[in-house]
Amino acid sequence: MPRSVSHPTGTQRPPSARGVPATARPGVGKQSAPRPRSRGRSRARLRTVFRDRGWPTIVVFLAPALLLFCLVVLGPIVLAAYTSLFKWNGFGGLPTDFIGLDNYRRMLADEIFLGDLWRGFILVVLSLGVQLPIALALALLLNQKIRFRAVYRVMFFAPYVLSEVITAVLFTMVLSPEVGLANEVLRAVGMDNLAAEWLSDPDTVLYAVFVVITWKYFGFYMILFLAARQGIPAELIEAASVDGADSWRVFRHVTLPLLGPTIRIAIFLSIIGTIQLFDAVWVLTGGGPVNASETMAITMFQYGFRRFEVGYGTAISMAMFIISLVFALLYQRFVLRRDMEGAITVAKGRS
Amino acid sequence: MTTHITRRSLLGLAGAGAGAALLGACGNDDGGSADGKATIEWWHISNTDPMLSVWAELANAYMAQHPDVKINITPLENQAFKSKLTTVTQSGKAPSLFSSWGGGVLKQQVEAGLVKDISGAMPGFIENISPVPLKYYQVDGKQYALPFDNGMVGFWYNKDLFAKAGIAAPPQTWGEFLEVVRKLKASGTIPIALGGKEKWPAHFYFSYLVLRIGGADALEAANAAKDFRRPEIIQAGQRLKELVDLEPFQPGFLGATYPNPDGQAALVGNGKAAMELMGQWAPSTQAAYSTDQKGQGDKIAFFPFPAVEGGAGKITDVFGGGNGFAIGHDAPEQTVDFLKFLLSLESQRKGAATNSIIPVAKGAEEALTDANQKLVAKTVSEATGFQLYLDQAWAPAIGEQINASVTELIAGKASPEQVAESITNAAKR
Repeated sequence: MPRSVSHPTGTQRPPSARGVPATARPGVGKQSAPRPRSRGRSRARLRTVFRDRGWPTIVVFLAPALLLFCLVVLGPIVLAAYTSLFKWNGFGGLPTDFIGLDNYRRMLADEIFLGDLWRGFILVVLSLGVQLPIALALALLLNQKIRFRAVYRVMFFAPYVLSEVITAVLFTMVLSPEVGLANEVLRAVGMDNLAAEWLSDPDTVLYAVFVVITWKYFGFYMILFLAARQGIPAELIEAASVDGADSWRVFRHVTLPLLGPTIRIAIFLSIIGTIQLFDAVWVLTGGGPVNASETMAITMFQYGFRRFEVGYGTAISMAMFIISLVFALLYQRFVLRRDMEGAITVAKGRS
Repeated sequence: MTTHITRRSLLGLAGAGAGAALLGACGNDDGGSADGKATIEWWHISNTDPMLSVWAELANAYMAQHPDVKINITPLENQAFKSKLTTVTQSGKAPSLFSSWGGGVLKQQVEAGLVKDISGAMPGFIENISPVPLKYYQVDGKQYALPFDNGMVGFWYNKDLFAKAGIAAPPQTWGEFLEVVRKLKASGTIPIALGGKEKWPAHFYFSYLVLRIGGADALEAANAAKDFRRPEIIQAGQRLKELVDLEPFQPGFLGATYPNPDGQAALVGNGKAAMELMGQWAPSTQAAYSTDQKGQGDKIAFFPFPAVEGGAGKITDVFGGGNGFAIGHDAPEQTVDFLKFLLSLESQRKGAATNSIIPVAKGAEEALTDANQKLVAKTVSEATGFQLYLDQAWAPAIGEQINASVTELIAGKASPEQVAESITNAAKR
């Protein structure tokens, strides 16, 4: 990223600093930031770079990275897009049975795939509505001066260090209907009627999966939030308190806005992660019972590696890719833009 | 300035070259013979003892006799094997020797040119192998793989738990079978263990019911016509639903696996469930996953899937299959000889002596010591009809759909008509 270095007003500036004085006062909304930079200037600068150094240098320095990028990123994407237009069982050589967009038509009529979208939506809503708030609350709690807080921090972060597969294996034992810890505990405290066949009941399985994923990932988001919270200068909080803000108002109008960039990134990671969810669910349930916990990635795997309908499987993987890409682009364009100003290249000829 | 650029360009080029060489090196790992030895890459799915050790011993014995051959064994779990094989074969490669079940998957592999035609090496050898399983390893009359074991699915039951429920003899008909389930349930035992998460254990019930109702050819006929909306198939679904309505399976069976310490095999192995419908490997798997690693031993006995009243099929028609090995298209030539060695009477007797395979080499079955395995071997050899496992006999897309649809039926999420419909859709695709 030579551009951000060459640009003194780029990433070095704390992205949230501009809104601070206003948000410290309760009741004052966000100001729209002035745009100090003109993109025309940076383009002129880029032209200078090209003129000074000359094309050969640029080509030579770009080539290795570009080659690798094409080979390991663009290549597979193009190949998958190509394969998804064929009926192909995946054995030997390139596919030959061209069927156009039939795989995509079939996908849009496939109850399992449509179900995947719906289940993915539920998981996203739960992640944003439950998982992130828990992580945020814990982060703020562990930012307080409480005894053993370092121990708590490590403890809450620990699940994230485990691999998804190990987490899932652990929880298949915990959630096993007969000998599992969850039901044993429920029975021991006399709540027998709450004991359930968590992973084998189509009505509960998605929520059981969500609990497992939350257990694994809340520590990660907690650490993100904690780091961001510690980056907020104490003076701002003090200033707000001196101005008479109670703790709720300090949170609402100082802490929360300043955590904004981190929260937005956390939401982004959470949604992308949910779209691509595979390992944990595969080990926990295999997508079952009766597809009740199936995700797009699992449907893709089932068709690609179990039914040997590789063409249809890649069509599903293309759908995942397109959904992720469109979401990522839109989110960056409309939500992350102000956090990333100066750090990313934007389309030319705008503003 | 010019020299400056040139030096930089050269550096860059050198870097790119190094990168390319590195990438190239990654792809260069096919079983060559750098040290003058032929390397046989052998992938099999006998990832638990006793067969794991038997195969290793046989490979060592062969290497001792043939110093020019090196055998690399990769034991894999069944599903892991399938995934790994798919990944490798997509690049047009195949291991030298790998597990195969014949049928539809082998046919796809033949069409893709991944396996070797070994018909030429068979005269003088093949006569010693039992003919029934052999034909499932042939495609268009040519031999591409060989079986080493052939068994069948039937009920493995716990005699003590049956006696406790007041059941004198194993059921002969579907009606009697349902009565047995009711009695077992009344006696407080889990009548049947089922690993519903894996789906394939459920398809045994459906397949057997179709065979018993429509006759030994019913399934192949439906597949050939690509139409499963037939009376015998719908009736099979209805019969299966009768069983499901009795709630014969353990709590949480839809999430249970076949192996694992709380799976189907372990439930029978720990004496918690009275029976399971499973292949000839059931007793050894029950023991392997039971808490004490011993299983129920002599308490376990075998009875064939009961006949259905008024059905065209006989109780002696057999649903089953076995395991075999296929030879990869670019395998060293010694691989065929090694496979023959694995299937020699002596090697087969070693396998049979562990009671975990039903051998296919004629005469090797005498090495079986377990009464149940002897019974299975006898039932298979006297079978009046034989149907290979559907998820092996047919294209995986249909086989997997049958597994999925039958599981939906058992979970109460699909009617017999819907099952027939969705299998037909998969077959036509």
